[in-house]
Amino acid sequence: MTGMTNIVKTVTRIIGGVVFLFGLYIVTHGHLSPGGGFAGGTIIAGAFILLVLAYGDNIMHLRRIKEESSALENIAIFCILIMAAVGFLLGTKVFFNNFLPIGTAGQLISAGIIPLFNILIGIEVAAALFTIFLAFVIFKEEEK
Amino acid sequence: MEALLAVIILLMIAGSIYTLHARDLLSAVIAYGITGFGLVICFLLLKAPDLAIAQIVVEIITLIIMIAVIRISTREDLTEGATIKVEGVRYVNLRSAVYFVTGLLFVVGFLYFFVKSTLNLDPFGVHSARMAQVYLEQGVELTGSANLVAGVLFDFRAYDTLGEATILITAVVGILTVLRLKGRK
Repeated sequence: MTGMTNIVKTVTRIIGGVVFLFGLYIVTHGHLSPGGGFAGGTIIAGAFILLVLAYGDNIMHLRRIKEESSALENIAIFCILIMAAVGFLLGTKVFFNNFLPIGTAGQLISAGIIPLFNILIGIEVAAALFTIFLAFVIFKEEEK
Repeated sequence: MEALLAVIILLMIAGSIYTLHARDLLSAVIAYGITGFGLVICFLLLKAPDLAIAQIVVEIITLIIMIAVIRISTREDLTEGATIKVEGVRYVNLRSAVYFVTGLLFVVGFLYFFVKSTLNLDPFGVHSARMAQVYLEQGVELTGSANLVAGVLFDFRAYDTLGEATILITAVVGILTVLRLKGRK
């Protein structure tokens, strides 16, 4: 897949990291401000999609990162299930029990397992959307 | 604010009607963006920033993915007529007949269950959402999450969130399966 012009490449070099950091901020502050795992994960996937679209890549590397991101997605949702099961085993027998200490509302480290869930959901959503995009790009490349 | 909402919703309706009737699929996708971004403004006006953020980023990503799909398939709209003419004889197009019958069955089934479920509802204007009241009053103390939406999504209704994540997994598995058929040929 060929990249785009120099203008797009320069703008991507400036903006890409900021977009990625904004996604991380939305994910980690999901329990304090609007946003959360789904929105932040989509922004992170958007940063990666921007890089692939602007700079392009050869197909072997694209295939490898598709395998990696699809593996990451499955690992993230597996971790969510493990955490739900841990909540079931500790304390009251409720699936997705909030087993960590709650802390004071409004601080960054508070709300028990909700930030961890946000981060895992963010990884899962980012990897899933990036995998879908890469699948289409690789399909187009193989057609040539 | 109602007038502003009405204008935006009219714009969204116009965008979706154009999406359905556009010959060029790329312009259809761009017009579909009107619907999505109008919905973002509606959410912001109705003070739902969580939904607005999710909607705007998902809108952008789906736009990119749909343009990628149009690039690898076709740009023109390939709709079939209801009848096909083969050697002077008119036949009913079996595919559109199947579409029609399936749609009719879904409409009838949906109406049946809709009537069945609305009979058990409270009368109009009276609602008994006891859990919602508890969430609103004690949600912050019970979950410790300053953002009540995150508290409901990831603590009270975490099982629903797991289902949403599973939907994404299923979509990825389906897309990878469909796009692999060509590679195996």
